[in-house]
Amino acid sequence: MTLPLAMSALFAVFVTEPVSVAHYLVVGAILFTAGVACMATKRNALGVLMGIELVLNGANVNFVAFASPYLAADGARSLGLDGQVIALFVILLAAAEAAVALAITLNFYNNHATVDVDRADDLKG
Amino acid sequence: MMPTIPIAEGLAGSVLPLAAINFHTLFFLLFAAIACGAAVAVVAADNVVRMALYLVLSLAATAGLFFLAGAEFVGAMQLMIYVGGTLVLLVFGVMLTAQAPFVTMKSGGGDRLLAGFVGVALLGMLVLAGLSVPAWRQPASGTVPEPTATPLGMSLVGVRVDQPPAGQPEGAVRSGYLLPFEIVSVHLLVVLVGAAYLARAKRRKTPRAIEVAASVEPPEAVAEHAAIGRTSGAGSVLTGGSA
Repeated sequence: MTLPLAMSALFAVFVTEPVSVAHYLVVGAILFTAGVACMATKRNALGVLMGIELVLNGANVNFVAFASPYLAADGARSLGLDGQVIALFVILLAAAEAAVALAITLNFYNNHATVDVDRADDLKG
Repeated sequence: MMPTIPIAEGLAGSVLPLAAINFHTLFFLLFAAIACGAAVAVVAADNVVRMALYLVLSLAATAGLFFLAGAEFVGAMQLMIYVGGTLVLLVFGVMLTAQAPFVTMKSGGGDRLLAGFVGVALLGMLVLAGLSVPAWRQPASGTVPEPTATPLGMSLVGVRVDQPPAGQPEGAVRSGYLLPFEIVSVHLLVVLVGAAYLARAKRRKTPRAIEVAASVEPPEAVAEHAAIGRTSGAGSVLTGGSA
């Protein structure tokens, strides 16, 4: 079986099945992992901030998936409104965190003329 | 792999019937592919401006996933606050600090290798954990959810109008989210004041390095300058002399 045919077969299998919570969990896991890798490897302070946003977003995907009555299996309970409210709070706190972190980054840039997080070692003993 | 082959042949011969396609799944795959692909691109990109662009794509596609899951209010908030607010803030930060050496800053190969190992291990663990619970792998029931804007808004002021979960009696008193809402509100106010305080333009007691470098002149030049000013002071254009 050639690769495109295998891909299309996989796609055909996927696209005829209904989604489940696990589909969303996999997407959330990929977003979370990408965010962690971003936080670990980027030297630009703004890149680290973007990694944090990705991590929070991955967590949000899981909350919304568990909250959805559409995705819940027959007879199973979904988290209901709780999950969506938590997702909303996460979005708000991410906005607050980004504002403060950006202010700190700009302050650091003004004082040190760089945004390299490896250079932020003034407090190192 | 055996049962997939007839379907593949059906697709190749374009006989996959339209009615067999689950369009929720189709759009889920579309948005999930954009979200995950852009998230990986954020990690892979070296240019910070491109990273910001990919992040916008990823978060917008995630909003699409929220809409698909029936959380339309959260999806709208994701678009308005995250994509419209937080990321614009981040792009401002990128533009303010986009000096040539900082646009592309690469970390060392060892760090990348280690992060790759950790990332793959973490991803494997999370995916296995997500797939390990049988109840989460059950296909979606397809219950069309009610619009969530009103229940969300009412619950934030402490009144629950949504249906109680299956186990609870019908008229049970359930707590809303008034206290968390208040805490988040005050938190946002404090953060606003704090960010404005941190980012304000301040007069320094000790001049920063750039200003010191700009203001220092060689002493001889200063003396020469002063001497010129003293000898031809009356004839200076600036002082409006008559010479």
